[in-house]
Amino acid sequence: MLVSILGRATGDIMGTVGVLLLLGWLGSAAAGPDTYTFFITHASAWYGQVVLIGLTWVLLQHAATGLRHLVLDTGAGYELKSNRLWAIIVVAVPLLLTAALWLYIYFGKI
Amino acid sequence: MDGGTSLSQVRGLGAARAGTDHWTLQRMTAIANLTLLTWLAVTLATVEFGSQAAVVRWLSTPYAAVPLLLLCISVFTHLRLGLTTLIEDYVHSEAVKLPLLLLLNFFTWGGVVFALFSVLKLALTVATGAPNA
Repeated sequence: MLVSILGRATGDIMGTVGVLLLLGWLGSAAAGPDTYTFFITHASAWYGQVVLIGLTWVLLQHAATGLRHLVLDTGAGYELKSNRLWAIIVVAVPLLLTAALWLYIYFGKI
Repeated sequence: MDGGTSLSQVRGLGAARAGTDHWTLQRMTAIANLTLLTWLAVTLATVEFGSQAAVVRWLSTPYAAVPLLLLCISVFTHLRLGLTTLIEDYVHSEAVKLPLLLLLNFFTWGGVVFALFSVLKLALTVATGAPNA
């Protein structure tokens, strides 16, 4: 149940906030060098990074829930045990991937 | 066998039985999104995009511009379907639901055209400065 509502919530966040960021990125680049520099400056600031890290998790969580849905659509994965296992994986993996990705971005190869 | 009126043919006597509906389109754009977003993530990890000149250089080739254009179309279609479902599920008053759905559609159409215009403007800008390495 949690997985399902996370899927919906993350989708809705991206569809409202995330998409505005996408339009901001593309639009500021199309507008010109100064506008783009303004966008990048704010994206690189600490609050911009917080937003980007958050959106990374939102995107990965939505994709994971979506993949689970696609598998369920084929009719597989409805048995109680495997269903529970995949639900846990689908919530844990996006968190781990987000952490791994951003640790790599900040601290480079280990 | 005569198909009857052209309207009856459109309504499901043809081989497809139905048009591409909500459910199918959502799955199609979902898979397209997964593919194209993976491409975008790998690309952004490898190309420089900190300056507007770098973005112009990156998008000057169709191998970059076309997937990005397709991604915009797929993402906006997917989000329109998803948010439509959200409104349909939680808004029960027709008087509120219908204007909201209208607003959503205007938002997504405005957004996708804005995105496509931006990408095209960048892709068609003549790059100045040092060429790609």
